[in-house]
Amino acid sequence: MVSAMVAARLSPVRVGAVMGRNVGALRSGPAYWLVVVSGFFEPVLYLLSIGVGVGALVGRLEVGGGRVVDYAAFVAPAMLAVSAMSGALAETTFNFFFKMKYAKTFEAILATPVRPVEIAVGELAWALVRSAVYTGAFLVVMVAMGLTGGWWALAAFPAAMLVALAFGGVGMALSTLMRGWQDFDLLGTGQFALFLFSGTFSPVSDYPAVMEAVVVATPLFHAVELVRGLAIGQVGWGLVGHAGYLVVMAVAGLAFAARRIQRTLCA
Amino acid sequence: MQSLIHARGLVKRFGDFTAVDGIDLDVAPGEAFGFLGPNGAGKSSTMRMIGCVSMPSSGELRIFGMDPVRDGVRIRGRLGVCPQLDNLDPDLTVRENLTTYARYFGLSRAEARLRADELLDFAQLRDRAASQVEPLSGGMKRRLTIARAMVGDPALVLLDEPTTGLDPQARHLLWERLFQLRRRGVTLVLTTHYMDEAEQLCDRLVVMDGGRIVAEGSPRSLIAAHCTPEVVELRFAEEGDHAGKLAGVGRAEALPDRVLLYVDDGDDAVAEVHRRGLAPSGVLVRRSTLEDVFLQLTGRTLVE
Repeated sequence: MVSAMVAARLSPVRVGAVMGRNVGALRSGPAYWLVVVSGFFEPVLYLLSIGVGVGALVGRLEVGGGRVVDYAAFVAPAMLAVSAMSGALAETTFNFFFKMKYAKTFEAILATPVRPVEIAVGELAWALVRSAVYTGAFLVVMVAMGLTGGWWALAAFPAAMLVALAFGGVGMALSTLMRGWQDFDLLGTGQFALFLFSGTFSPVSDYPAVMEAVVVATPLFHAVELVRGLAIGQVGWGLVGHAGYLVVMAVAGLAFAARRIQRTLCA
Repeated sequence: MQSLIHARGLVKRFGDFTAVDGIDLDVAPGEAFGFLGPNGAGKSSTMRMIGCVSMPSSGELRIFGMDPVRDGVRIRGRLGVCPQLDNLDPDLTVRENLTTYARYFGLSRAEARLRADELLDFAQLRDRAASQVEPLSGGMKRRLTIARAMVGDPALVLLDEPTTGLDPQARHLLWERLFQLRRRGVTLVLTTHYMDEAEQLCDRLVVMDGGRIVAEGSPRSLIAAHCTPEVVELRFAEEGDHAGKLAGVGRAEALPDRVLLYVDDGDDAVAEVHRRGLAPSGVLVRRSTLEDVFLQLTGRTLVE
């Protein structure tokens, strides 16, 4: 990552300035805060209704290696991954698209020494900050409910950050392709499908073989597996594969987005 | 002295469309230089290349003696850009628009604050510093955009149609601000399709049409080269071939509502008009302006 930054000759000052703009926007009024706060509650509500509520009917679940956990402890890390994903996506899709297409924010920035790739990195870093607030708060909830504990909770946090980077990068790449707000409906549907079927509420091994194969190819599955493995302390080499999948998403998404900003706004 | 902007055979193509078709330019430090031309003439495309946002399709371009392709970051650090449409940040206050922009140029927070204070005075917006951008008037937004262009202490400021859409008071206030910049030795490059603006602000200008430069010079010399010193505007109550009866008086151009007579001496021409028995209902003698040159060179066809 560091060597990639050197290769792209990124200026930390300029990347920081792109992030700083968003800090300024945060102070602009309550509207933004309302959106940010509501984003935190969504996964908490799912955790309570399904993890705890439905969990009372399900009981305990076998997670491999002979280990058995409460259903809520199985669902909670998935919700953590989902909150990392949606926090980053909210920033790199809606907000990013608005700044790129309507507010002409990036056009104004590109008249300064800031380069397209620095916009992309700054925006992704900002998405990471928002995601960190969600996942940090959600982890506190998990610890308080006894769904994860100690060092494992700390290990799950950077994993959630990687999830945020991966989805943030891909979300940004998709935003550069969006034609208008109608395309976001499609994105929302896709996001919801991932949310339901990525081994979030039931182990993917319970799915029919074909469906399992499809799910295993999609990104949230890898995010959930990585975060869950760490949150419940079920560590294996498989986690490296999941992390690798997410790293590729982050890097490819970022590179594509930077390229598209250049081609669209610097024609 | 070395040119701030040096272009030879500069071309910009978008697919099959050639927006800028091989222009040569040299702008000296301290000059106020104008691009005049109808919509679609290639002015904005040229400005975007000079601003190192858009790369030339071919030809040579040097800004501050540097190559935009290799040194874009360094060049942009010494430029101030005021785009055609305000792209102020709607999520930030007036002051934050300046401080945030200063950060893109690498100024520290403390420097950015100082700079913002200076520029709020320059733009006469100090009492609106904490306001959001949206409620500002068009003239205020423009002044803020120009102030924002100044945050990096640029040697060269690019202004794309700086006063389009402003009312007369706002225009004059803006011109006055631009004069101040000139007095400080800042080089100005602007596009406009207002002739009075070009005459007011520019030492030298080029007229562009269809992606090419069709004329170049000072406002006065362009008028001298492409037009007569005076123009007589004649209006007639009844229709008829009035222009045809004016042969020999001067070049006559018949417009739907009036006849323009390009002459050396307007009063002599009016006397001649009356001698020939023509009775115009309205007579106006005026000095010719860049507008006459412009229409002469680019034609009267509406470009949209």
